[in-house]
Amino acid sequence: MNEYFSPIDFLVLKPVILLTLFGIGVMLTDLFLDQQHKYMNAVTALVGLAFAAVQLWLIQSEMAAQGVAQIEAFRGAVVLDRFAIYFSWIFLISSAIAILIAIRYLEIEQEHHGEHYAIMLFAAVGMMVLVMGMDLVTLFIALELMVLSVYILTGFLRRDRRSNEAALKYLLLGAFSSGILAYGMSLLYGMSGSTNLNVIADSLAARPAGDPLVLIAITAIAAGLFFKVGAVPFHQWLPDAYEGAPTSVTAFMSVGPKAASFAFLLRMFLVPLGSAREEWLPLLVGVSIATMTLGNLAAISQSNVKRLLAYSAISHAGYLLLGLVSGNETGMKGIAIYFLVYTFMNMGAFAVIVALRRRDLIGDEIDDMAGLMYKCPTAAVLMLIFLLSLAGIPPTAGFLGKYFIFLSLIETGHITLAVIAVLYVAVALYYYFRIVAVMFMREPVDQEKLSFSPGIRIALGVTAAMTILIGLYPEPFIQFAGSTVLSILR
Amino acid sequence: MTTTVLLFTLLKVIVIVFVVLTAVAYAVWFERKVVARLQSRWGPTRVGPHGLLQPLADAIKLLTKEDITPANVFRLVYFLAPALSVITALLAFAAIPFGPVTLVGGVDLFQIANLDIGVLYILSISSMGVYGIALAGWSSNSKYALLGGLRSSAQMISYALAAGLSLVGVLLLSGSLNLRDIVNAQAGATWGFIPHWNIFPQLLGFFCFLTAAIAQTNRLPFDLPEAESELVAGYHTEYSSMKFAMFFMAEYANMLTVSCMVTLLFLGGWHGPVFGPALLQTMLPLLWFSLKVLALLFLYIWIRGTLPRFRYDQLMAFGWKFLFPLALVNVLLTSLIVAYRAD
Amino acid sequence: MPESILNGLFFYVLAVVILGGAIMTITRRNAVHSAIWLVVTLMGVAGLYLHLNAEFLAAVQILVYIGGIMVLFLFVIMLVNLDEAAKQRQFNRQWSLALICTLVVLVEFGFFLMRGAGSFAFAEPGQGALKPNTELMAVALFQDYLLPFEIASLLLLVAILGAVLMAKKEI
Repeated sequence: MNEYFSPIDFLVLKPVILLTLFGIGVMLTDLFLDQQHKYMNAVTALVGLAFAAVQLWLIQSEMAAQGVAQIEAFRGAVVLDRFAIYFSWIFLISSAIAILIAIRYLEIEQEHHGEHYAIMLFAAVGMMVLVMGMDLVTLFIALELMVLSVYILTGFLRRDRRSNEAALKYLLLGAFSSGILAYGMSLLYGMSGSTNLNVIADSLAARPAGDPLVLIAITAIAAGLFFKVGAVPFHQWLPDAYEGAPTSVTAFMSVGPKAASFAFLLRMFLVPLGSAREEWLPLLVGVSIATMTLGNLAAISQSNVKRLLAYSAISHAGYLLLGLVSGNETGMKGIAIYFLVYTFMNMGAFAVIVALRRRDLIGDEIDDMAGLMYKCPTAAVLMLIFLLSLAGIPPTAGFLGKYFIFLSLIETGHITLAVIAVLYVAVALYYYFRIVAVMFMREPVDQEKLSFSPGIRIALGVTAAMTILIGLYPEPFIQFAGSTVLSILR
Repeated sequence: MTTTVLLFTLLKVIVIVFVVLTAVAYAVWFERKVVARLQSRWGPTRVGPHGLLQPLADAIKLLTKEDITPANVFRLVYFLAPALSVITALLAFAAIPFGPVTLVGGVDLFQIANLDIGVLYILSISSMGVYGIALAGWSSNSKYALLGGLRSSAQMISYALAAGLSLVGVLLLSGSLNLRDIVNAQAGATWGFIPHWNIFPQLLGFFCFLTAAIAQTNRLPFDLPEAESELVAGYHTEYSSMKFAMFFMAEYANMLTVSCMVTLLFLGGWHGPVFGPALLQTMLPLLWFSLKVLALLFLYIWIRGTLPRFRYDQLMAFGWKFLFPLALVNVLLTSLIVAYRAD
Repeated sequence: MPESILNGLFFYVLAVVILGGAIMTITRRNAVHSAIWLVVTLMGVAGLYLHLNAEFLAAVQILVYIGGIMVLFLFVIMLVNLDEAAKQRQFNRQWSLALICTLVVLVEFGFFLMRGAGSFAFAEPGQGALKPNTELMAVALFQDYLLPFEIASLLLLVAILGAVLMAKKEI
């Protein structure tokens, strides 16, 4: 009778608990480290991520061995299914890469504090709970944990005005959008009397089509979620936040929190709002077209690489939303694989920008890339690979995600949408190749050599290898992604 | 029936407010007397025997004094602040039971409202008292008053936490937020002479709460918001006449509230030996209650007469680095013991 | 049905207090006045909780928001010299446009809510809900919503960390 929680609850949360403990551990050990040894914090954090990964692997293989599709824990507050596990992998990987590229960068910025890594781990906790959450309260608090951590990381360069402004802007708008989201959630609760997503789904399914309350709930929830994933017209924060944040953090927030928000969006639209598909579909189509349009067109005129990648991130959100528009298995598979690929290629691109950072050069203007081919061929070629992949050119991994999403659109008969999306890929090629042209065609401004820290070396190696590997040998990854999304499609 | 209940309740409220205000007036007299004796003086002696009519004289004086409103004050807030102080101070008495349930015509004589969340109610009402002080300091448009208001708001927040936390132990032991239930849980005695008061198992909590409560009522050694040696008179520098008196009343009413709270939560409330005829049996609990409150008031004044004032940083450090952790430890220990007993 | 009329009256009075206070909060030029109006708003919310028989929540609302957070607000406002800020433009140039948009959304939401109001299914409050209020709260926090409760502690830790990080000169 007095069973408030069971061992299963702890099992499910073990990776999360480990991350939390390591986060607190980093904060404690940071006290005893002098400035030269701050990198040990990064090592501790990486060890924590590795522990969490091992736990996740054990849980995953145990679930596979016993043929369990999902485990419910904490009275249904969280559910660990393949979908959650898949995204948890993405979070662990992206956090690890972000930590690797952050070490040298923060040293140069003279803001190398252990709190950076602690907050990153806490953000990972928020993201993992967010994809596991099946309860409105849990989801909302996990979301807030994630975004709050990212706000702080965005403003981590305390003496840099750009960073401060970005953090403040992100915080104010983010808090506002959270309010709208919470309003939508409260309507769901009011209609169903429960905070559990499955109960809400059943309750909404019993309502007549076109129920005005459901419409408002969809509007409010969609507005909140679109903000979090940076879809037009709720995207204004994104370029500023991406540009102002420390580049290593930009890399992190463009992948981890974005994937988490997107997973949250999928969960909300497919589970509780799944029965109201007819109502939200037009909205989603409009938003995804607007997002692709604005993202791709605005990226053309950018002179700052971080801003350019921010607009490219917006356009990617548009493509990803298309996967939800088609809503079939291929579409979901496309979204899942897209995020895996996106993790590597986007973080790789940012890692190159981080590598350009020197004491007297921020390195995020396109002009700073001039003649990179002559200064450092490795960096230039790697950047080329990442940009090709971001554009979706076949031999690289980026092609795969777009392929499945476009395929799903055609399968479900959204031919026009598919055509528009493909057209925008051509536009995207233009602005990605602007960077390539600057790197390869222009003379270098200075002859200073680039120095790669060990962290960046590893990060670049892993991201580049995976970008090519997934592109050349996609079979296992497609299977992995394909098996995970079934659990979310009801 | 409802009309009589309503009438009775109204009457009760009026009586209690009257009693409290009288008690406040005499608390001032009591303080002046005790402090005087501590300093080998006589205190008020001229007005009435032992100066017992002094409060009346003071009241007449304060009411008839010229009421000055300085030129550049924020008028609305300036007028609102003293009222806010008194109102919150008096509101707290609504939930305090002065004696056991004594029903007359369906109305409980010794308590205005028996709230299930009595402890929280009193805490939250008294936490609002700071607005009177802070806003008085701000609206006076004077640097001394502003500093006083600033200090009081910082002090209130710092010590409200410790005060709230130190009560958690008592709440854990009695399992209720209802003041009556808490008092009833303290009935009886071990071996016939050690009463089951919460002060014995909760000595740490008692100490923390008393200290934090003294700080929250802005009394010496925590009276920095009105430290006369640095801030003239602190937050009420620019107030005169009745408005000044209202702050005074609020301060002493708050002292009374705290004394009542400590009596109820730690000293067994109205419990004590009860004997004799029926009338005496109803009156004795009241007497015990009053005696305990009086003893605490004496303690208040005793501390005031003995200890010097803190420095501001000492005050903050004491609150955050000593009292707050101590209260946390108390919560931890008590909850461990309660959990151990429950098993 | 005098009781339901009284209930409705309570609700509407509190709603006016809350909304009026909120509007005054954002339109006052003087930051202290804004803070006072915000206190009024929060009091209204506490009243709403009481109206819903959630007395524990009401007391905690007053204790935490009014007695704690808003006092801190006041403290900071009084500590920082805001005379300069009071002279600056309070709203940006698009405020009229924003107001129109907000009103349109408000009317839209109001219209939809009116049409859908009949289909709201609220759980009935338990009879004599006053008594076990605190206990119910504890059950909700420590059994049904244990996980969010724990994660909220992490959230607060991150918030503290961030505040210290941003504010402190030398870390």
